[in-house]
Amino acid sequence: MKLIAAMSGGVDSAVAAARVAEMGHEVVGVHLALSSNPQKYRSGARGCCTIEDSHDARRAADVIGIPFYIWDMASEFHEGVVENFISEYSNGRTPNPCLRCNEKIKFAAVLDRARALGFDGVVTGHYAQMKETPEGRLMYRAVDPAKDQSYVLAVLNSEQLAGAHFPLGDIVKTDTRKEAKARGLYVANKPDSHDICFVPSGDNAGWLRDRLGSESGPIVDESGEVLGEHQGAYTYTVGQRRGLGLTVPAAGGIPRYVLKIEPKTNTVVVGAHEALAVTKIVGDRPIWCGPAPAAGPHHRGFAQVRAHGQPLACTYVHDGSEIKVQLDEQLFGLAAGQGLVIYDGDRVVGSATVSETA
Amino acid sequence: MPAYFDHAATTPLSAPATSALVEQMAKIGNASSLHSPGRLIRKDVEEARERIAGLLDANPSEVIFTGSGTEANNLALKGFYWKARAEDLARRIVLISAIEHHAILDPAEWLEEHEGAELVFIPVTSAGAIDLVFLKDFVQRRGSEIAVIAVMHSNNETGTLQPISEVVEIAGDIPVHTDAVQSFGKVDFSFSQLGVTSATISAHKIGGPLGVAALILRRGLDLTPILHGGGQERDIRSGTLNAPSIVSFAAAAQESTSMMAERAIYIRSLKKYLVESLSTIFPDITVNGDQIHSLPGIVNITFPGTESDGLLLLLDAEGFYCSTGSACSAGVPRPSHVLLAMGITERDARSSLRFSLSFSNTMTEIDQLCEVIGSVVHRARAALARG
Repeated sequence: MKLIAAMSGGVDSAVAAARVAEMGHEVVGVHLALSSNPQKYRSGARGCCTIEDSHDARRAADVIGIPFYIWDMASEFHEGVVENFISEYSNGRTPNPCLRCNEKIKFAAVLDRARALGFDGVVTGHYAQMKETPEGRLMYRAVDPAKDQSYVLAVLNSEQLAGAHFPLGDIVKTDTRKEAKARGLYVANKPDSHDICFVPSGDNAGWLRDRLGSESGPIVDESGEVLGEHQGAYTYTVGQRRGLGLTVPAAGGIPRYVLKIEPKTNTVVVGAHEALAVTKIVGDRPIWCGPAPAAGPHHRGFAQVRAHGQPLACTYVHDGSEIKVQLDEQLFGLAAGQGLVIYDGDRVVGSATVSETA
Repeated sequence: MPAYFDHAATTPLSAPATSALVEQMAKIGNASSLHSPGRLIRKDVEEARERIAGLLDANPSEVIFTGSGTEANNLALKGFYWKARAEDLARRIVLISAIEHHAILDPAEWLEEHEGAELVFIPVTSAGAIDLVFLKDFVQRRGSEIAVIAVMHSNNETGTLQPISEVVEIAGDIPVHTDAVQSFGKVDFSFSQLGVTSATISAHKIGGPLGVAALILRRGLDLTPILHGGGQERDIRSGTLNAPSIVSFAAAAQESTSMMAERAIYIRSLKKYLVESLSTIFPDITVNGDQIHSLPGIVNITFPGTESDGLLLLLDAEGFYCSTGSACSAGVPRPSHVLLAMGITERDARSSLRFSLSFSNTMTEIDQLCEVIGSVVHRARAALARG
């Protein structure tokens, strides 16, 4: 096969590219320039896409012995991921930009371009497994539960999955580093990146404040009583307990949590932990990672709402435009905008964006 | 068979340059040493200097060896600016063509940002040559404020030759620097006849080694150095003389200059064949830049509806090596400032490739390129049209 290996400059994508090249595929390494104004150096584990990262990716490609290019995806990334991130927050929702990037950039803009240029697919260093089945290519959790990234890949439809290759799904992270070292890849000990790549400072609230302003508004309890003032509603997250700055004590001294954010009235609603309990989830924009389950009947499965969250046993039903989930047991704290991923055992069935909870 | 069409980026080391380099590297001695081995090295360096000066029609003392063309350009532009400011504070304009290489463009921008210069660009025509009407008018109006004028001898992306003699005439007493790294050894270049104040030449563009170049600076002029040290080169450039590379540079210069006329005819015929062959396959391509007043080997072509980095990737995979415009520090391809200055749209600038040919290329290589380019352009068009 002819494959484009998306190389971030990190250890995972380097080993992934090396593995497919070693299998005899014709591999071309590509580093995605996602910022029109990249920083020179990484600061610790924060962010990616610095000039240093592109250099590391190039060096890895040289060591593997594959061609290497830089693809400018800055405008696509800005429109598809960054602007969506800002607009979701301004609507009081909590988006996951990594899901969005996989859906709109890595396995859309990059895969489309790769296919047009005559390549068969895109290789990344994500930890997930692909299995060929009579129903087509299906995606499963990675062998390493600590690194499993199937959650952020659950936005890929069958056509995208057909061109997606994850050579690291069957190994654990420590082995990836060992393999990188054995292959002579300099990035073997490079720290993993965390946080949101386009917020290199790690200060999500400050980054949003710079773009959305810091209009103050009321913090109220569920009865509507004003308890304090906030400096920008979108800097709060559902389930957040610290940093509310409330001086009025709650009855009985029970801690208060952010329950919801109401962007229209610029209000943050707080309340007791119990009020965060969720057993019903509605998700819109469903994407099926393979054949869609029958619309109408109820199905058993597991729901996951965070990248490294627990799979929660559930019953779900869909009508083609919405997925409704009934959890067996309640979970605490779920915001609109988060990704809802449905699993059948270890298989990724599909995903949706949380729109309502109860 | 792979074919290298990127000789404007760098050239293979020629046979005389290779043997001169190897021979010289076996010798010990620092050209500044007073003892016999030092004197022998000094002799080799000075002979090389005289050879290069002779080929350029310059005086040996006008040849100042540097570590790169970029260094020579920095030395000239900053040196003339500082010199002019020291003599007359009103002289703060750095006047450069809009199509200069980054080795002129960036020091000029640096002077503007850090040294109080006013940077003015000389616009170019759609054929890629500087606008002499603008230049004449500007010099008439603000000549007393101009510290230095820099116009490259030929453009590295389009190959268009610039009217340097006219620039010198218009400039009068204002120093004129010309970056001639693409011209020297490819077209006639006489430093004394041209009348410029300084010029840059570089070894690796003419079959010489990397890491050696020269600033040709008119006698009697002193410029502020950038590197301070032993003052080996007229007290303008410091650093132990790189004798092996300098000797090899002279050998390359000798070879390329002696073969120049004959090779130019052949390379021009190759260029014509390339353009005609590609035009037959793609009637909608455009060739950018003046095709008559041009270097023999550079051809810049717009393939409408493509993205040049896609073309480059696919051609590279097929074994054909050419180039796009420049890339930013992160390696992201940028539309060429040269093509944009010529009035070409950003879309078309992003669809352009440079092929730079030499005497070592053949018509067979061009035929082989034409066999694959149809499918390459087709795929690159599909990639741009995606989504």
